Amino acid sequence: MISIGIDVGSVASKGVAFNGTSIIAKEIVPTGWSPKLAGETLVKILMEKGKFTREEMSVIVGTGYGRVSLPFINHKVTEITCHGKGAHYFDSGIRTVIDIGGQDSKVIKLDEKGRVTDFIMNDKCAAGTGRFLQVMANVLELDISELSTVAQEGESCQINSMCTVFAESEVISLLAEGATKSQVSAGLLESVVNKTYSLISKMGVEDKVYFSGGVAQSPYIRNLLSRKLNKEIVYSIDGQYNGAIGAALIGWEQDR
Amino acid sequence: MRPTIMEKVEGLRGINSVKIKEASEAGKKVVGMYCVFSPQEIALAADAIAVTLCGTKQEPIAEAEKHLPRNLCPLIKSSYGFAITDTCPYFYFSDVLLAETTCDGKKKMYELMGKIKPMHVMNLPQTAVDEDSLESWKKEMVKFKSFLEEKFDVEITEEKLIDAIKLMNRERDVMKRLHKLNAHKPAPLTGMDMMMAQWLKGFNVDKEAGIQLIEELIKETEELMDKGEFPFTEETPRILLTGVPIGAGSEKVLKLIEEAGGSVVVLENCSGYKGLDTMVDEAKNPIEALAEKYLSTPCSCMSNNNARLDLIKRLAEEYKVDGVVDLTWQACHTYNIESFTVRNFVKDELGLPFIQIETDYSDSDVGQIKVRIEAFLETIETKACCCGGTC
Ligand code: SF4
Ligand code: SF4
Repeated sequence: MISIGIDVGSVASKGVAFNGTSIIAKEIVPTGWSPKLAGETLVKILMEKGKFTREEMSVIVGTGYGRVSLPFINHKVTEITCHGKGAHYFDSGIRTVIDIGGQDSKVIKLDEKGRVTDFIMNDKCAAGTGRFLQVMANVLELDISELSTVAQEGESCQINSMCTVFAESEVISLLAEGATKSQVSAGLLESVVNKTYSLISKMGVEDKVYFSGGVAQSPYIRNLLSRKLNKEIVYSIDGQYNGAIGAALIGWEQDR
Repeated sequence: MRPTIMEKVEGLRGINSVKIKEASEAGKKVVGMYCVFSPQEIALAADAIAVTLCGTKQEPIAEAEKHLPRNLCPLIKSSYGFAITDTCPYFYFSDVLLAETTCDGKKKMYELMGKIKPMHVMNLPQTAVDEDSLESWKKEMVKFKSFLEEKFDVEITEEKLIDAIKLMNRERDVMKRLHKLNAHKPAPLTGMDMMMAQWLKGFNVDKEAGIQLIEELIKETEELMDKGEFPFTEETPRILLTGVPIGAGSEKVLKLIEEAGGSVVVLENCSGYKGLDTMVDEAKNPIEALAEKYLSTPCSCMSNNNARLDLIKRLAEEYKVDGVVDLTWQACHTYNIESFTVRNFVKDELGLPFIQIETDYSDSDVGQIKVRIEAFLETIETKACCCGGTC
């Protein structure tokens, strides 16, 4: 029997297949205009990659903001619970999960069994999320992944606006005043870290700290955050799949 | 099954807006009020009608923001907006208004509102745990009494006060009994219906008829309970809702909790149970008894407000609660600051899951709040499972 977890985010949709012992297939596709289509595509790809049939698939759990638009799932679970579960599976010593995705950021506290004991989410604007960096990368005519490589530490110029709309004009005028792309990039990444830090401060952190979501891909942000928190940060290249993994595990357990 | 009487209860607001017009035209005096600190008894003893004024809807806020700062509690903006746009029939027919110096926002807004209609402001002490406070609050009761006597050219005798106290105690008693039905597991009434019934009592022009209607609602609900018909199951997570007052138009969070699969069994807020907990002592001197009762209201305007924690604890036990939601309005300093104390108390002393939701009357953040509430209920459900969360 196979359990499927589908995490439909605002930018990317992630899917994994779990057979009770390990993750046998994973895939990521852009969400695009139709969360439903993205979800269906994922299931198809997972079947090919994991070499299993539709009949072998016992349960599909959906999570992420697009979970409500998936007609073919058996359960919907919020991304909070799924991220907690996924992080616990990755390393059972994890007590704090910091997840920064395309349009929201969250901090989740876990107990020793991976149950969520507390959580906090950013308020309704895009400040400090992947969306913020995406818009800014466009202004700089860079790919979002290039922000980290271009950024040079110690040379950042401060970005004061947290709001995406105002920050955009701030960046344009900084460039006009002669700031380099590397200085601006560093400033932008710092601003995301500061915003995240203030969210974390509302709740406190306990070791070990796990950093997941698309934004965690940036080594620059990871280092900065780690120094600011004065804590080591655990990270996985599969961090983007964290929510989908959690969903698949929850499906597996519920189905038993 | 929903009690059929609920439809009648919901009709109260419409019926009462006609009744108040008729009463006013027949020469009855009307006193409009905003808060649970307002001693309705004194107005009733002046042979006037005491009504709660509108302040729970988004619509008049835009108009209010022409005079008031945007960054202000929506309850204050809505109340003021209804007043200046003349869209609350109860405000329109009020001969005088009663206000109290509760929070800073209300206090300053009342200065503006007082220009529209005659208003009496009671000077509410900032603490309940001080001898002098009670003395000064008693004097405030007397001042309000004199104000009405002069305005309406009536004499408020001790006898009339005692009668009014008895009537209001009966109303509190019936509302309290209704609320207590939800201590049953599963709750027989949805939080939405309970909120409606509690909120609408404020509009009752005819108190006796209102009491009678709630008696019928209790009876019907008990019959449904006997038949085993409940809107929830034994497993539904039971939520205590505390924080700011709510009514029709500002029920967003309550609604979202129940849509996400929770059952709001206690409304600890002042639009729900808070004002029903203690009765006015009928054996005491009426002014003294009134002062004592109203001063004991555990509202966040009071410093300290430990009585609120005691009440939450008592209700959490009595109603077998699984989690606590603290609703606070944006820009409400008193409730937002107090939320930190409530959070620590609920988590550490009661060992219950807790979440604070800060919002306003608009719908712009519904999506986000929904996720937070669903996730909150999921944390309760995993705890509640027989395996203790290992499954
Ligand atoms: S919260 Fe306090 S001040 Fe506000 S209406 Fe209720 S009792 Fe009055
Ligand atoms: S909710 Fe807070 S700010 Fe608003 S009226 Fe009540 S105490 Fe004042």
